[in-house]
This record gives sequence, C-alpha cells and structure tokens, in this order.
Amino acid sequence: MAIARLDFLIGTMSAAAATTVTLPFANGTRPLEAFPQKRKLIVLTPRPPQLETPFSIFNEGVLTPNDAFFVRWHLAGIPQSVNGATHRIKVHGLVKRPLSLSVDDLRTKYERVEIVAVNQCSGNSRGLFSPRVPGGQWDNGAMGNARWTGARLLDVLKSAGLKEGAIQIRFHGLEKPVLPTTPPFIKALSIDDLDESMLIAYEMNGEPLPLLNGYPVRLVVPGWYATYWMKMLAEIEAIDTIDDNFWMKTAYRIPDTPGNTVTPTEKGYPTIPINKMTIRSFVTNVTDGQTLHPGAQTIRGIAFTNGERLKSVEFSSDGGATWRAAKLGANYGNFSFRQWEAPFNAERGKSYVLACRATAHDGETQTTVPVWNPGGYLRNVIETYKVSVA
Amino acid sequence: MKIFLLLAASAIVTVTLPRANVPFKPGPNVDLATANCRTCHSAAYVYTQPPLNRAQWTAEVLKMKNAYGAPIDPANVDKIVDYLLTQDGKP
Repeated sequence: MAIARLDFLIGTMSAAAATTVTLPFANGTRPLEAFPQKRKLIVLTPRPPQLETPFSIFNEGVLTPNDAFFVRWHLAGIPQSVNGATHRIKVHGLVKRPLSLSVDDLRTKYERVEIVAVNQCSGNSRGLFSPRVPGGQWDNGAMGNARWTGARLLDVLKSAGLKEGAIQIRFHGLEKPVLPTTPPFIKALSIDDLDESMLIAYEMNGEPLPLLNGYPVRLVVPGWYATYWMKMLAEIEAIDTIDDNFWMKTAYRIPDTPGNTVTPTEKGYPTIPINKMTIRSFVTNVTDGQTLHPGAQTIRGIAFTNGERLKSVEFSSDGGATWRAAKLGANYGNFSFRQWEAPFNAERGKSYVLACRATAHDGETQTTVPVWNPGGYLRNVIETYKVSVA
Repeated sequence: MKIFLLLAASAIVTVTLPRANVPFKPGPNVDLATANCRTCHSAAYVYTQPPLNRAQWTAEVLKMKNAYGAPIDPANVDKIVDYLLTQDGKP
C-alpha cells in the first residue's frame, strides 16, 4: 500500500517522469504512456485505445487541451490513417436528397457554429462503484471540456430533407470490429431529442481533432454522454424505427427506475438507453488524502450540468454538515465546465472532509448516496476529500 | 490562419498506435485465453477488472461469445474462466 501511494503521488506531481499511476480502487495501477498526438495519459487499455486524463489537468484551465483529452474506442478496427480531404459523410435513409459531404462542404456550405461542451464517457468513475461492476475501470478522468466548431446537425438534416415517417437518426463512424461477427458501433438519437446545440465538429479547441478523438469530424451532442458523440463520423441515416442494434438495445442501458438506481440484487426492472448526463462537481486543486499547509487558501474546482443553467456550487469543510456558496468563474455556456472557488482556512493539526455540491436552475443536484446500476453509469455523488493540515 | 486551418483539416493524418504487446501471464489454459481474447482486445481488459467471481467471469466470457461474436468453443468457456480466476486472485 505504501508503494502504491508513493506511486500515486509521483503520478500526480510529476506526470512527465512517472511511468505508472495507481487509481484509488483494486487493480487500479495503470501505465502512463504518450499515444500519437497525445501527451502522457493514463492507459486503461492499449487496444482498442482507452486513455484517461490525469485529474490534475482539470485544475489548469476550463478547456481540456486536445493532447490531454481522454480517449475511448470500442472496437480495435480503428483506421490509423484518415484522409480529411477525401473523407465523406453520407446522409441517407429516409431523406429527400441523399448527400455525400466532404469536410470542406461542412465548412463552406453550412453556418460555422461554436460551442463549449463537456464530453464525458458514460462509464466515467465506474471504478468507484461499490460493489464494483465489470467494464472499463475509469477513475474520474474520462471526461473533458472543449470548444467545438462545426456545422449544426439540424442544418445538415434540413439540407437533406427528412421524409415523412423518420423518427430516429443513426450514426456510423469509421471504427470497425475485428471480427465480422461483432456488432458494428452504431448509435441513434430520436428526432424529438435533436436540437440546435448538436454539431458535426471539424475543430476542437480551434484545431483539427486528434485522430484518437475522431478526426476529421465527430458528432457533438452537448449534455449527452459521449457514447452518442460518434467519432470519425461517416454516415447519418434517417430511419422509421427505434434502432435495435446491440449498442442501443443491449449495451449502454440504464435502469428506468427513480434516480436510475437499483440494488445489486435487483432483477427484472425496465431499462432505457443512457441519455443526458447527471450534474457533477469536483475539487481540482486538492486530492483525497492530501496534507495541506496551514493558513488561508483557496479551494478550486469545476462543475457542470447537462445544459441547465448552473444555479450554485457550494463548498463544505465539514463533510457536508454545513455549506457555503462558492464563487463561480467565467461562464462559457451551459454545456461547459464552470470553474468555482471558495476560501478555506486550514488550522494546523486539524483534519477536514472537504466537499462540493452543484445545483442546477431546475433544482437538480448531486446525490448524497452514490447511484448503483450494473453498467456503472451516472455517478454523481457529492465528492468528498479527506485532508489533514501540517 | 484560416487558410492554414483549412489545409490542416484536409490533411492526411497518419498515426501508429502502440502495439498491445503485454501478454497474458502464465496460468492454466493461458493459450486459450491468448487465442480467444487477444484477437479483439489487449490483456489489459482482464487485468484492469475488479476482482470478479466465477459467475461474473462466466458472464463476461459468455458476453464476448454471444454478444460480441467471439468464436469461443462452448467446451472452452469454463477453461477460460478457470484461467481468468487465477489472474485477479479472487475466485
């Protein structure tokens, strides 16, 4: 344990020099490695690549740098060379005018739109579930916040013209299964759920997307979990049924129960496809178990919603017994991380449990008891950080 | 700047992803695990899982076989589970 702890501190304080980190759960040791177009990130799996952002990155700014942005692919058939000039996005199915759009078409024929939005893996924080569940064992770093630039999905659909009867839009990317028997990765959104914020993005933080984040274009679905943000978007297909492919009908399902939570032994409850994100907040300049210097200091963090206006972030230094309002930072829009800060006076020799709680304008707030579901989704418990002062 | 971005966005981007070279550790039926699991994913998919029991590992292997179409011989399912149970130390 002492070794694991040391290893974690090295990873936090000097990521450039460390070769591994140990996340705070069993079997949590991970290599740190730089993949193409990426700095050293936490390697969950190398093939297909799943890379986690070290949490300290979130303290450095409201936007997550492209080379630090988390990576999650489902299938190992990822093109290692993509031609942004010849790539086409095919719009077909129940449309009046089928289209085959190049990236330049998207840039020149449609309005250029920007939005800052959080992209969070459905399974972010799965490793923190208790009891644990199988699946990708992420800590809290399978998320990032970027400025996305592209064409509105609705504008593209309008130019193709949906036919009567279309009820869902399916999205295909260039990611392919290794075996022909593996279901291809396809996701679908209901037409009723589409809105002006959704983009086909050709830029991420003002630059082309890194290949591992979906170069040359990916779908941006602000407020929704990243499973819908199709990378290397290649097909947009209007259909007249509720999509029943594996990735919608079987995988990525959440309990259709109050709070989308169940007990570990519960069976037979209805499920629905995962959809919008739950509200969350984190401290970014203190880690759990850290020893603080005594005296007046500022605790900093981030909060985000699924598009509702953020009403408040509150900070507690007594484990949530009492709360006080934190000061909110610059507003980058309702889908972005929002930075916050709160003053804190740490007395020498004392221990504290720091906590933060975000509340949206519609009243949604974080849970005091962690949600549990077998997929390991939607975690948004009030985060706590035990600190001592010396 | 805009021209630069246009050019950059039209470029061919080529990467070489690191090879997933980490093998499965020695154990009973390791050859079956290697042949059946590493076709589609790296061994890290196993080593990063929490300690799972036999029922949970069996469910995972059957998910790979039935949902993801891994061509696992039904006679080998239990043998692969035997191997996986030796790898996280929590049968």
